[in-house]
Amino acid sequence: MLQGRIRTFVRQWQLQSMVIPGIIWMFIFCYIPMFWLIIAFMDYSIAKPMLSSPFVGFKHFEDFLTDDRFWRSIRNTLGMSSIKLVLGFAIPIVFSLLLNEIRSVRMKRTVQTISYLPHFIAWTIFGGIMLNWLGEGGVINQLAIGLGLQDREVLFNSEPKYFWWITFFSDVLKETGWSAIIYIAAIAGIDPALYEAAELDGANRWQRMWHITIQSIRPTIAILFILAVAGILGSNFDQIFMLKNNMNLKMAESLDLYIYNMGLVSGRYSFSTAVLFARSIVALWLLLMANYASKKLSGDGIF
Amino acid sequence: MVNRTKLRRIGGFEITNGLLMLAVCFMTLYPMWFVLVNSFNAAEYAVLGTVNWLPKAFSLDSYRVVFNNENMMHGFLITALRTIIGTVVHVLFTAIVAYGLSKTNLIGRKFYMKYALITMLFSGGLIPTFLLMTKLGLYNNFLVFIIPAMYSFFDMVIFISFFRTIPDSLEESAKVDGASDYGVLFRIVLPNSMAVIATIALFSAVYHWNDYYQGVIYIRSQELLPLQTMLYKIIAENSMSFMQQQAMAQFGARLPGNSIKFASMMVATVPILLFYPFIQRYLVKGVMIGAIKG
Repeated sequence: MLQGRIRTFVRQWQLQSMVIPGIIWMFIFCYIPMFWLIIAFMDYSIAKPMLSSPFVGFKHFEDFLTDDRFWRSIRNTLGMSSIKLVLGFAIPIVFSLLLNEIRSVRMKRTVQTISYLPHFIAWTIFGGIMLNWLGEGGVINQLAIGLGLQDREVLFNSEPKYFWWITFFSDVLKETGWSAIIYIAAIAGIDPALYEAAELDGANRWQRMWHITIQSIRPTIAILFILAVAGILGSNFDQIFMLKNNMNLKMAESLDLYIYNMGLVSGRYSFSTAVLFARSIVALWLLLMANYASKKLSGDGIF
Repeated sequence: MVNRTKLRRIGGFEITNGLLMLAVCFMTLYPMWFVLVNSFNAAEYAVLGTVNWLPKAFSLDSYRVVFNNENMMHGFLITALRTIIGTVVHVLFTAIVAYGLSKTNLIGRKFYMKYALITMLFSGGLIPTFLLMTKLGLYNNFLVFIIPAMYSFFDMVIFISFFRTIPDSLEESAKVDGASDYGVLFRIVLPNSMAVIATIALFSAVYHWNDYYQGVIYIRSQELLPLQTMLYKIIAENSMSFMQQQAMAQFGARLPGNSIKFASMMVATVPILLFYPFIQRYLVKGVMIGAIKG
């Protein structure tokens, strides 16, 4: 049996030689970093071989749990994620529902194509535009003063209190069309006979939207909701890294940015790896919990 | 059915909704239009950052500075190189691994797939990855753009499911003619997978073109900086003295920072904007495949 398998293995050497480089790549770039997470329990210094660093147990975990800046980054991450989840989750759904009501196929397609263009613009560019708009004499100030909402210029990006909202609105502006694609695809898969039957039964537009469209795309909504909840400890690093500055840092430093600042800027590798380690455990737990809750509530989950 | 839909009256809802969709299009296009207008605006107007629909006074000065700036052009070259090399390597490597794994009779296939799946659930994260790159000598090395981005589980799954739809008879007839597995892959399978190759290549190319973060973390020398990382420094860190010196030398005057910024942003986005109308259907197709698989 085993000999037979070895013989087959040798006979398939060409196929195996296609796969094995991939396996080696994954070992180096995925498994070795996983193994390196153990420096969270060491006092690692980059000058020495890893295993000769002393073990210190949970010292770094105690350190970050008593660090105010860590808790501040938790607050910022949860704050930005919650705004995104509570106010932002429904936006692509609403957009895809409204787009679906457009009768002209050509207009529908044009709007859709235009709507996901900003997704492909780099955050360096998009963030640059936002910084310009929010700055002195920028578009936002001109609008707000023109509409009489404020009587003098405000440097929005230098005032910490605006930061969460800046990330929220710039994300909506950039990603709504793209996030809607998956809902648009799900809506396109709904059997038109359902709508015809509902129309014969006298259902109006809103009733059809609610009872047919929303009900039909519910599994898609559930999956994306699970993923959004599971990702609540993450943040859009490309975006935050672009928009943050020294003035708004106290509201801008998300957990990702905290790990970056502690690890790569201050060189506290073991300390920030401990934060990473703790975060991935909590994130995994969140994923399982969100999946469980979604199954209980709607019957749809990922696994 | 079609006729009946057409005959339906256009009511208040249709008009409101149509206007709303036009507003969405406007909000989407306006940011890029803003950059375009201001990049062509003469310096004294661009500095104001006011709402303009067209340039107040047309000028190419900022573009002259950008295109004559060695650093910027070198960054453009680095970005172009990493986009081309990175995309080719990513597509080839991922496709080859996927082809091997698409064969159900492959010894160890179940193990390989589980082994690959684990990398999706757990990862080392920023710091261990950074330390590994440093130890591998990829710090401040052009290859840091290429090698870590060679493979992606997601793209591999898309390739595998596509390869399975290619009729076995095609491959078998080539085998009968004495082709090796590599021969079948390169002469039969890949030429029949152009749609999926285009999709994955485009996503990879957009990633390489737009990424600035790898450059921030791993690159120290100026001559290896990609364009987007330079742009990050110009915009977020406002470090553009090298461009100001250039403007000084060229025009004998300081050009306001804004106009140079806008022109640089345009230069870094034009390739995306030019190709977007042609590539967008592939990009959407890619998301659809991913959504069905995921």
